[in-house]
Amino acid sequence: MSNVPADLSYTKSHEWVRTLGDGTVEVGITDHAQHALGDLVFVEVPDAGRTVKADEACAVVESVKAASDVYAPIAGQITAGNPRLAAEPEVVNTDPYGEGWLMRLKPAAGALAAAALLSAADYQKVLDTEGG
Amino acid sequence: MAFIPHTEADVAAMLAAIGVARIEDLFDEIPPELRVKSLVGVPEALNEMEIGRLMAERARSDGITLSFLGAGAYEHHIPAAVWAITTRGEFYSAYTPYQAEASQGTLQLIYEFQSMMARLTGMEVANASMYDGASATAEAALMAVRANRRSKSARILVPLTLHPHYRRVAVTTAANQGVKFEEVPYGAQEGVTLPEALARYETEDITALMVAQPNFFGRLEDVDALTDWAHARGILVIAVVNPTAAALLKPPGEWGARGADIAVGEGQPLGVPLSSGGPYFGFMATRMEYVRQMPGRIVGRTLDAAGKEGFTLTLQAREQHIRRAKATSNICTNQGLLMTAATIYLSLLGPQGLVRTAAMAHARTRELVAALTRVPGVRTAFNGPYFHETVLQLDRPVAPVLKALGSRGILGGLDLGTYYPELGNALLVCATETKTSADIDRYRGALTDALQGARAA
Amino acid sequence: MPAREQVIFEYSRPGRGARDQWPQEVPPAALSDLPAGLRRSRPPALPEVGELEAVRHFTRLSQLNFSIDTHFYPLGSCTMKYNPKACNQYAMLPEFLARHPLAPESHGQGVLACLYELQEMLKAVSGMEGVALSPMAGAHGEFAGVAMIRAYHRARGDLKRNEIIVPEAAHGTNPATATMCGCVVREVAVGREGDVDIEALKGAVGPQTAGIMLTNPSTLGVFERRIGEVARIVHDAGGLLYYDGANLNAILGMVRPGDMGFDVIHMNLHKTFSTPHGGGGPGAGAVGVGARLLPFLPIPVVARDGERYRWLTEADLPQSIGRLSAFMGNTGVLLRAYIYMRLLGREGMRQVGEYATLNANYLLKRLQDAGFDAAYPQRRASHEFIVTLKRQARELNVTAMDFAKRLLDYGFHAPTTYFPLLVPECLLIEPTETETRETLDAFVKAMSLIQKEAEQEPGRVTSAPHTMPVRRLDDVRAARQLDLTWKPTAEP
Repeated sequence: MSNVPADLSYTKSHEWVRTLGDGTVEVGITDHAQHALGDLVFVEVPDAGRTVKADEACAVVESVKAASDVYAPIAGQITAGNPRLAAEPEVVNTDPYGEGWLMRLKPAAGALAAAALLSAADYQKVLDTEGG
Repeated sequence: MAFIPHTEADVAAMLAAIGVARIEDLFDEIPPELRVKSLVGVPEALNEMEIGRLMAERARSDGITLSFLGAGAYEHHIPAAVWAITTRGEFYSAYTPYQAEASQGTLQLIYEFQSMMARLTGMEVANASMYDGASATAEAALMAVRANRRSKSARILVPLTLHPHYRRVAVTTAANQGVKFEEVPYGAQEGVTLPEALARYETEDITALMVAQPNFFGRLEDVDALTDWAHARGILVIAVVNPTAAALLKPPGEWGARGADIAVGEGQPLGVPLSSGGPYFGFMATRMEYVRQMPGRIVGRTLDAAGKEGFTLTLQAREQHIRRAKATSNICTNQGLLMTAATIYLSLLGPQGLVRTAAMAHARTRELVAALTRVPGVRTAFNGPYFHETVLQLDRPVAPVLKALGSRGILGGLDLGTYYPELGNALLVCATETKTSADIDRYRGALTDALQGARAA
Repeated sequence: MPAREQVIFEYSRPGRGARDQWPQEVPPAALSDLPAGLRRSRPPALPEVGELEAVRHFTRLSQLNFSIDTHFYPLGSCTMKYNPKACNQYAMLPEFLARHPLAPESHGQGVLACLYELQEMLKAVSGMEGVALSPMAGAHGEFAGVAMIRAYHRARGDLKRNEIIVPEAAHGTNPATATMCGCVVREVAVGREGDVDIEALKGAVGPQTAGIMLTNPSTLGVFERRIGEVARIVHDAGGLLYYDGANLNAILGMVRPGDMGFDVIHMNLHKTFSTPHGGGGPGAGAVGVGARLLPFLPIPVVARDGERYRWLTEADLPQSIGRLSAFMGNTGVLLRAYIYMRLLGREGMRQVGEYATLNANYLLKRLQDAGFDAAYPQRRASHEFIVTLKRQARELNVTAMDFAKRLLDYGFHAPTTYFPLLVPECLLIEPTETETRETLDAFVKAMSLIQKEAEQEPGRVTSAPHTMPVRRLDDVRAARQLDLTWKPTAEP
């Protein structure tokens, strides 16, 4: 069974979202996703300053058997990509909700409120139907 | 039978095990109306002796003719060991090395090939080959579009001095993905891409510039100036090079201040016979920074579970079997056997042998040009240095001259009329280390005879 | 198997070389016209070894490989049948090897006759009206096919058709090709018995449909039984049908794709027509088309005028999708396919389909009797079939990958693993027609032994292979710590 922290929000495409104190949000991929991919060999994160739309592919996580796009859960502007992942992509496997964050972004006005993010319980339901 | 070993006893036993009466029953899921009665259009079988005889007759009728043709395919001496080893069953009938532990021979060979091509081109990393030089050039254009984050235009500058077939293949391959190829003219006297021709692109958003060295005319481009011009504007440089020439000429990795970004070319000169145009192989090399944008297979060295060194396909997540619609390319098969031959060839020749081959090819071409331009009515088309082929201009149409030479057992070169009509009666000639002074003299004599008689108006 | 062999650069010693292979040195004056600024400052750092050293090295490397010549190689979808030596010998006659691609047609009537007759035979087995030989691999042929479909719609002013339908079990080259042609991919589901879901297909077609890409038999190893309906649905919606010929071996001489309603096909000459796999190529992906797509064939194509053969170029085919190869494709491969088809003849083609199917069904039955689970037990095998090891993975923690690696120790190349993605823990097994019953039985025996090991001593299987030149390789490390070119290690 994969880990689904209760205090985060989620997307159907297996990203998690954490609101940070300063109004920005932090985004990563879930424990289920990292497990399905296997050992990550490469992660590409977006540059700071880039504007993204909701559901826009803006990062790539690559293992030996798969390479997946990561989608921006809400519209906004990227404030940072995790600089550690270039040298240590495996951190996403070992700590997907902590040190393995992929990017931080400043939501566009109203984007966070309008976003149809899933609660932990709803995301767990998604996993249960998928058989994760 | 079609190499089928089964006896009647085998078939009976197998049918019994399956539980059907006849082989025909195994096709009962196929709608009967789809079944073919007989293959009209396929002749009766021949046995090996008969097909051997037929092929020998056909080969004999084609014969072997003294040839001074280049234009993208070059005749070089191929050491006997190259194909003796390449056609060993263990190389010839092996598959793509997906099960790495059962394919260490092929995988290590690819690693050695990648290493040699990186060194030959002066680049940091090479892939395991592409279909041919033309398709490698097309793939380089697509790769440049992916790799050049700064540029959004997908406009690629293509000199007219790049092989005409390569330009056509690039368009056929990449036009459907929104890549726009823009032709850059060459200097009429010089036969190379001049800085003036690039002036109109000074401030345009261009993704990449292609530079051929030597170019299709055999002429040497000013690769440093072209490379620096492109890099100053954030334009990637795609080098299209001849691998034999790369032994003598400055390789793409050393062009300009920063080196070319992607190097491609036709690998046929490295131990692959002319064989009416194929199979050949394309090579591709680039900077480590772009390795994830490079299509095709790549082999990496790693360790096994006991800590021993071994080789495996790597970075496969870029490829079609994993990334599917988002793959860097749809390439699956490459040209493994030819790459094997090239690796053995390069090992046998080594640096000195390859340098000497290039040098001798150049020397023979110079000798050829000197001999032919002594014939009245023949002159060189361009001023400036060339390498192992060049363009001559005749005082009359080329086609009948070539026909006359052909009847004397000589293939004199390529008539450029259909490709570059602006060059008039132009002939692209090439001599490699396989030509002797006697061969050149024979050509000179036959050409003299062909040009005697009424001069063209 | 022999032990490891060092990298050739490690044999290199300054001054060594195969001197008999070198041309004479030329005097420096002969190069004086080359500008110094364009010259290489140092020769390339290629290995310096003698001829025997090189021959020994590469011969030893070859001995580290499995190959059809040495091992049973039941790779599904790859058709690893015997590569007849005659095909190589006669394709490599000196006159064929020596001919320059731009030599005049008058100096190539022999090779052109072979290529023309190959076109004609491929038309006959595929049921198509025209064939082009220049695509250099299956994926290249796919590209040509989809490009022709697009060109056809564009020529009719039907510019909105940019969607290609593929079944979810399709080979990865199919969606990759669609993207390369500027199309959008739409996947349709496959039913529980392995056929395309007809209702899903009806919902997927529309005015945006350019075409559908299908293999038949499919990648699941079963015949697409409702192909007639599929063809009708797609044609009625205005789309065309593309046939991926990877599995043609199953129906060679029995069914022709043209008769199934396909408008364009590619054939893998390195599969069905036994040209060598060569450790990863060269292949040849000849394309065949029905009448609608004839004008769009890629050039060049061989034509016959009376007794003479010639190439058709852009001038003859102004609507051609263009040129795919610098010259005319992989001619040497095409000659091998030609020789093979002449050796088979009309009857031989049919025997290929028959015996490939016989061998597959026999092997499937024997494996089922040995306790293995077929993915589609209610269906006939075509020339290949899928065994799923999901039960072993669940109950014993031994996966398809583990079985594949352990098979190597038993002297068999593993079948295709984890393709198609639709079936978990799958082995796609294709014996081909050139294998004996004894070989198939031996394979079943090995699988049974591995199953026993999985139950009683699973570690032996999960840590396989044990007897190969290397143990299981760390491909995560290979991708994380990229070592793609040899570099000399510094002396300590």
